Amino acid sequence: MVTLGIDVGSITAKAALVKDGKLLSTAVIVTGYNSKNAGEAVFEKILSEAGVNRAEIKGIVATGYGRNSVSFAGKSITEITCHAAGAHFLNPAVRSVIDIGGQDSKAIVMDEAGKVKDFAMNDKCAAGTGRFLEVMARALEVDINDFGSMSLKADNPAKISSLCTVFAESEVISLIAKGEKRKNIIAGIHESIGSRVAAMAGRLGLTSPVMMTGGVAKNIGVVKALEGKTGKSIEVSDMAQLTGAIGAALIAMTL
Amino acid sequence: MTTEGQAPDPEKEKRKIKSVKKMKEIMTNYYIEAKSAEQTGKKVAWITSGGPVEPLIVMDIIPVYPENHGAMIGASKMGVDLCEKSEQMGYSRDLCSYARSDIACAPVNGGPIGGLPRPDMLVCCNNICGTVLKWYEVQARYFNVPLFILDTPFCHTEFSDEARKYVRKQVDEYIEFLEMVCGKKCDFDRMAEVGKLSVRGQRLWQEVLDTAAHKPAPMSAFDAFFHLALIVTLRGTQTVIDYYTGLLEEMRERITSGISAVPDEKYRLLWDNLPVWYKTKWLSEKFAAHDACLVADTYTSAWCGSLKYIDENDFLGTMAEGYSRIYLNIGVDEMAETVIEMVDKYDADGVVMHSNRSCKPYSLGQYDIQRIVQEKREIPTLMIEADMVDERSFSESQIETRIDAFMEVLKAR
Repeated sequence: MVTLGIDVGSITAKAALVKDGKLLSTAVIVTGYNSKNAGEAVFEKILSEAGVNRAEIKGIVATGYGRNSVSFAGKSITEITCHAAGAHFLNPAVRSVIDIGGQDSKAIVMDEAGKVKDFAMNDKCAAGTGRFLEVMARALEVDINDFGSMSLKADNPAKISSLCTVFAESEVISLIAKGEKRKNIIAGIHESIGSRVAAMAGRLGLTSPVMMTGGVAKNIGVVKALEGKTGKSIEVSDMAQLTGAIGAALIAMTL
Repeated sequence: MTTEGQAPDPEKEKRKIKSVKKMKEIMTNYYIEAKSAEQTGKKVAWITSGGPVEPLIVMDIIPVYPENHGAMIGASKMGVDLCEKSEQMGYSRDLCSYARSDIACAPVNGGPIGGLPRPDMLVCCNNICGTVLKWYEVQARYFNVPLFILDTPFCHTEFSDEARKYVRKQVDEYIEFLEMVCGKKCDFDRMAEVGKLSVRGQRLWQEVLDTAAHKPAPMSAFDAFFHLALIVTLRGTQTVIDYYTGLLEEMRERITSGISAVPDEKYRLLWDNLPVWYKTKWLSEKFAAHDACLVADTYTSAWCGSLKYIDENDFLGTMAEGYSRIYLNIGVDEMAETVIEMVDKYDADGVVMHSNRSCKPYSLGQYDIQRIVQEKREIPTLMIEADMVDERSFSESQIETRIDAFMEVLKAR
């Protein structure tokens, strides 16, 4: 049986095909302005890449911020439940998930079956999210994909004290004006995200092993900062960004 | 006239609470009377929501509630405009949105009813928060009217004898203040009578709320948010008793005929903190779509929560304690106990907490209360960050995800 998970996030749309409990194929595109179109586009992409026929797909679950705009999905499930299911698939031992996506960050605690026990989400502010990093990358004129490796070279991470994206950006700009090295500013940004997310996760109480999911998990600097602030080692799968879509495809199997 | 295509959904019609019409009439008449006080020669006092209103009723003064007005501003989605106006006047966005919208309303007669009637005096009781002190000082200066402040010490763990004497003494001073402003003596026989009416009104309100302990609940917290207005504004009058007697009867009839607030109630939730006034319909429909009913809340029950401290035969002597030991003026441990009692009484499956940017005393201990409830009752809790009036602090898609995820957790249990 083939099922599909579609995760329409605020920055990227992801798709995962699962066949008989095994991952068959995945796809990622940029969401862009129209989340409805993004859902369809990523669907088309995965079908053509995997060489799977639409009729073969027996169930579709949509997740992510655009989950309700995916008209061809049988059901929409929140990314909290889907990330837990996806993380459990990637490593059944995992008991906690930190998911930092484009628009928000979440901490999730699960049971041994991958079922959500409790979760916490950031407040309305975008600080500590992927969008925050994008804003900072623009201010620093650095490719966001280089953030992780650059921050690891920092000799003296800068202090970014503001929790607000707008204020933090102006702090970064004044650091640039002072001639602070890029690598130190970037490390400081990662530290500030780490503090913020660790505070939220601490309130929830993380149980090890902890896995980080979502697009921001690709940034090794944020992962290291989070490990430092939470005092726990954090594993990251190659599939981090696709965890929600994988979870959605797995849940589609049970419906 | 309704055409066939627009005929009201009979299922929805059946669920509508019939008393609502009467309530709207009472509130309209109340505001008309208050707004025509200048013509009729009656005096108007602005008073905080937790303040002792009974002496005002005795002295024939019309009590007016800026907080009730704030709720109306929020519900009519005029909050952002007024909050921005107050920010232009120099008030910080971090201040309470009731205070901001009320302060902005006064000079322009803004809001849904064209501003509140001009006060002859202000009565401020700090049992609900500290903001009211500065807020009422601002308004006393603006209207150039006398202000009475009733100071109720915070009851961390107990209400000491010293505190009792201290507040009791202020009750006398309060009455003297009213006598001075009105130029007439207080009728203490009438005071005893109004005190009894107040207690009866509070008991009836509690009975109305208690009907939601029935499964399925005949009313939800969203209904309580609406019907609350009377116990706040007209406590101590016969009007309250007559209205709640009728409402209680209607709720009992709904129970008998199996009419529930939510069509297919499967999950029962408890709400904490003030309503998100501009989103009550959205939230109510959102939860109902998950077959969840918010069966009770800590907010509306605050107007009958301290009944146990009041002796109806010695109202004046015991109101000091009753007004001091309300939900917002007690320690977090006792608040958590109250929440747990409510979870048990209404058999709630989960707790939804509104972390209200405006109301610091209400929101401060919520993480602790959340933890205590989770430890003692092992039920899931949800935290929603918003504001009661200022829509700028509400993110619909984020809150929708949280509610959906919370319901997924509840359903998977």
